[in-house]
Amino acid sequence: MKHMHLQFGNDGVATLTLDRDGGSVNIICDDFMNDLGRALDNIAQRQDCPGLVVRSAKAGFLAGADLTMLAAEFPAMTARRGYEISQRISGLLRRLETLGIPSVAIVDGAALGGGLELALACTRRLASENAVLGLPEVNLGLLPAAGGTQRLPRLIGAKKALDLLLAGKTVDANNAAGLGIVDKIVAADDSQGVAERWLLARPAPEQPWDRKGYRPPEARGLVLPEVALGYSLAAAGVAGKSGHRQPAPVAILSCVFEGMQLPFDRALQIESKYFGRLLRGKVAQNIIATTFLARQAALKGARRPQGHERRTIGRLGVVGAGMMGAGIAQIAATAGIEVVLVDRTFALAERGKAYSARSMDRLIERGRMTRDKADVLLGRIAPTDDFAQLSACELVVEAVFEDAAVKADTIRKVEAVTGPDTIYASNTSTLPIGGMAQSSIRPDRFIGLHFFSPAERMELVEVIRGVQTSDATLAASLDFLSQLRKTPIVVNDGRGFYTSRVVQFFINEGAAMVGEGIAPARIENAARSIGFPVGPLALLDEVTIDLPVTIYDQAQSQEGDIAEPAGVATLRRMQELGRHGRSSGGGFYDYPEDRPKHLWHGLSQAFKLAGQQPDDAEIERRLLYAQSLEAVRCREGGILETDEDGDLGSVFGWGFPAWTGGALRFIETEGVAKFVDNAKELARRHGSRFEPTARLVARAKSAA
Amino acid sequence: MQDILIFDHARTPRGKGRPDGALHEIPAVQLMIQQLEAIRDRNSLDTALLDEVAIGIAQPVAEQGGVLPRAAVIGAGYDRSVAAIQLNRFCASGLDAINLVAGQIGAGMAKAGIGGGVESMSRVAFGTDTGAWTSDPRIAFGGYFAPQGIGADIIATIDGYSRADVDAYAAESQRRAARAWDEGRFAKSVVPVCDLLDEIILAHDEAIRPGTTREDLARLKPAFAGLADAGYGRIAQERYRQIEALEHVHTGGNSSGIVDGAATVLLGNAEFGARAGLKPRARIRSWASIGSEPTIMLTAPADVGCKALAIAGMEVTDIDLFELNEAFASMVLRFMNVMNVDHDRINVNGGAIAMGHPLGATGAMILGTALDELERSGKSTAMVLLCAANGLGSATIIERI
Repeated sequence: MKHMHLQFGNDGVATLTLDRDGGSVNIICDDFMNDLGRALDNIAQRQDCPGLVVRSAKAGFLAGADLTMLAAEFPAMTARRGYEISQRISGLLRRLETLGIPSVAIVDGAALGGGLELALACTRRLASENAVLGLPEVNLGLLPAAGGTQRLPRLIGAKKALDLLLAGKTVDANNAAGLGIVDKIVAADDSQGVAERWLLARPAPEQPWDRKGYRPPEARGLVLPEVALGYSLAAAGVAGKSGHRQPAPVAILSCVFEGMQLPFDRALQIESKYFGRLLRGKVAQNIIATTFLARQAALKGARRPQGHERRTIGRLGVVGAGMMGAGIAQIAATAGIEVVLVDRTFALAERGKAYSARSMDRLIERGRMTRDKADVLLGRIAPTDDFAQLSACELVVEAVFEDAAVKADTIRKVEAVTGPDTIYASNTSTLPIGGMAQSSIRPDRFIGLHFFSPAERMELVEVIRGVQTSDATLAASLDFLSQLRKTPIVVNDGRGFYTSRVVQFFINEGAAMVGEGIAPARIENAARSIGFPVGPLALLDEVTIDLPVTIYDQAQSQEGDIAEPAGVATLRRMQELGRHGRSSGGGFYDYPEDRPKHLWHGLSQAFKLAGQQPDDAEIERRLLYAQSLEAVRCREGGILETDEDGDLGSVFGWGFPAWTGGALRFIETEGVAKFVDNAKELARRHGSRFEPTARLVARAKSAA
Repeated sequence: MQDILIFDHARTPRGKGRPDGALHEIPAVQLMIQQLEAIRDRNSLDTALLDEVAIGIAQPVAEQGGVLPRAAVIGAGYDRSVAAIQLNRFCASGLDAINLVAGQIGAGMAKAGIGGGVESMSRVAFGTDTGAWTSDPRIAFGGYFAPQGIGADIIATIDGYSRADVDAYAAESQRRAARAWDEGRFAKSVVPVCDLLDEIILAHDEAIRPGTTREDLARLKPAFAGLADAGYGRIAQERYRQIEALEHVHTGGNSSGIVDGAATVLLGNAEFGARAGLKPRARIRSWASIGSEPTIMLTAPADVGCKALAIAGMEVTDIDLFELNEAFASMVLRFMNVMNVDHDRINVNGGAIAMGHPLGATGAMILGTALDELERSGKSTAMVLLCAANGLGSATIIERI
């Protein structure tokens, strides 16, 4: 067998050790399932086997299914095929638990997805202190399809199981024991002995749900009003939390609801059928393609130029100790990098470090960090007002005020003290790298690293490659981001690069609709309904209403003859009315101290409501299409070199809904032909920003 | 089509639907048996002349299940040839039971029957019947299910009814109901309920609170804010995008009360009237049912009213009197606004906000209330309407003879 081995002890106890060939973690792939089937055949033939131990030779137990294998089938996926994929692994686990012998899973490290499902199919679960267990499938638009939606509720109760299944969250060994998922916490060294002793005592081999008389309240379905009320509230909770664009959470709820009423094997079939429905749908495919496969590839260096030795940054300079600089300093320190944090005065630099100290305090409060560890981390950050301290830094991230003159001055100051190999990375969100590099004496070592705020939480970094940026600089910068465990996208230079350029079309479209007299609540609710974390007007208030206006005015003054984007007129009117955004007291929203923010009542006077309001679908379409079309223009114009960068950047950069797969993949989700038709219609009614590109039109033709 | 005639109506007083309510010790089937006995005895009715007893029950399970009306027919000692059926269209059930019998008579398939409703909310609690529409995740999620109270608050939010507006309506309902009782306007129909000692256990509407003021009502807490936080608020916004935040104006004081009760209406054709020696009091002009948007749930009345009017060939102005079940204040205010009906033409003797809403029984009760009021005031036509769960609604137009 390739990915596991089976041994029988002197006492007859079988031990199945998962040990993936050519990988550091166990995953469920085709060969794994073949191996498991063979192992079960082998055990079944033994007359004298008192029980089975399942364990892992790796650092973790089993990390779930091989999604690459699954994704390979997406183009031809049907519900029936998805059902069969699920039934295969589900059938193997069912066979394991009905062998007629008791079994023990020893969980050391991560047992996730199919890993936990395998453990749940065992009669008993032992876990070491460092075990992490969970069914995170919902985060990928899927459901646990190897019995997870059936065994977990039968083991710990439907409500507790749904909390885990719907949140997709993992629990540590102690919490898992408290929930009843883990039977006992045992030190890794002792677990084999504990397991064997338990098996040799000949415990009953049946699972609770295979015993006669097993009948939880949920088996009676809606006969019990309290059960019905529970499901009713759970359905509302799903709608309230994830909205209506994601089919996975409600499918999980249905699996539990319907499955609990059925005999176990029928229940497993229902689970597989719901899995098949999810897997044939574009949403699950999109979420997996972008948030898992493309993200993993980016983390593994998909965009890294080859032929350059891998570099590790030992000492980092951060110039500008504002929230962004401080956040970058903090994540670098967390990654073990020594950081010199520079600002104009020592007090300002200190304040940046204090920001990280407060972050650490919050982590300690939540039990996610120890004081000792925090002290070590903070010890790596050296605040100073002396640029000379940067001399030994291998990479300097500049995070000063977004102003060309300030940036130019900083470049000169930094390059005056740093060595010829030091990489200068500007954390700019809009200023072209080429322009800034003119102030640099080493433009080949000059690059843009656009972190998102707050840097310690946002995982995306937009890497902007200037015309003169060398491959070596790009490779080293990506190595640095890899140290920080950030997901990079690599884009070419241009005004606003990719993310800042496209997100403008989200906020401008929102502002344009306000100007047309569309009710602001409809705009915000539409954005939320399609899955944006906040509406365009709320986002405008955060970034300030002045920002997009300034960006346009600057572009206009520097390049001339740029048509004013839709929505800018609305923003200028807001400025006239003294409504600049949240930081200056209020913009589209008011921010009372004693209750939640609400739309500013003055909006209805400033922008008269149109008597006829558009369909909800029209508003949704405008918000999505405006962005997707600009992303296409970025791709065709060479700002983006790959679709994956465009999709990752949109989902992780500004919260473009993951179910779409990203700003570019959304076009396939709609269907190219339909997208082009809709875009033409939108262009006819709302302007040329919706005009599909010639290449899109050609693609639609060939797709039709 | 045969003329569909109404000969009589009876109802129980409404008892508080709680363990300390007067009717809590009376099983639902006994409420109905006493009603069937009363309508038989006060009309000296030979029950063998009846073809059907159709009873609406909104929680048709447990003691209210098993075709309760047949058990009641037998329990009341009716002729065993009388057929019985229970039906459910949620809150409109009682009116639909009448409409069902009316249809049989109109089509010539029956000569006479009783339509009515019963609900012991204190004994078979709201929600006991469960159902896919609220609780099967695929259906509830896919159908944007939200409880009625959320729908009532959606109406208030999008139509702009303030807390003061709905409380004012509720206070007026209480005032009108109290006046109606003071003036004996329900005397013709209310049949006291007796206990096992054959003593009267309830003779008046128990939930009514005479003297309730707007100030009293203003002190009550919003009833449905918690449900919005449970996810229904977002569901409401998904369906009604103009809502920035739900205004939670409905309370226990401006929503219908939870009560126990039963009601019956005796229907027949002219031939039945002659054989039974009974004089018809009214005729049914038309009836209708519709479905409407289910999340807001409570806006069917205007549309179903228009449908019933069109069937009867009538205009809104042809209706002298409206009885619209007061499920929540906002849905009545919306009906008045949409249909351009003044408050002095609708629910003139109060409604369910004051006296309570015994789900399946209410439709039959308010049809009787309308009939009594037409006779008292000398008016001619009345329309009876109810909104029902999941967006349903029914209406019936009657004309005094």
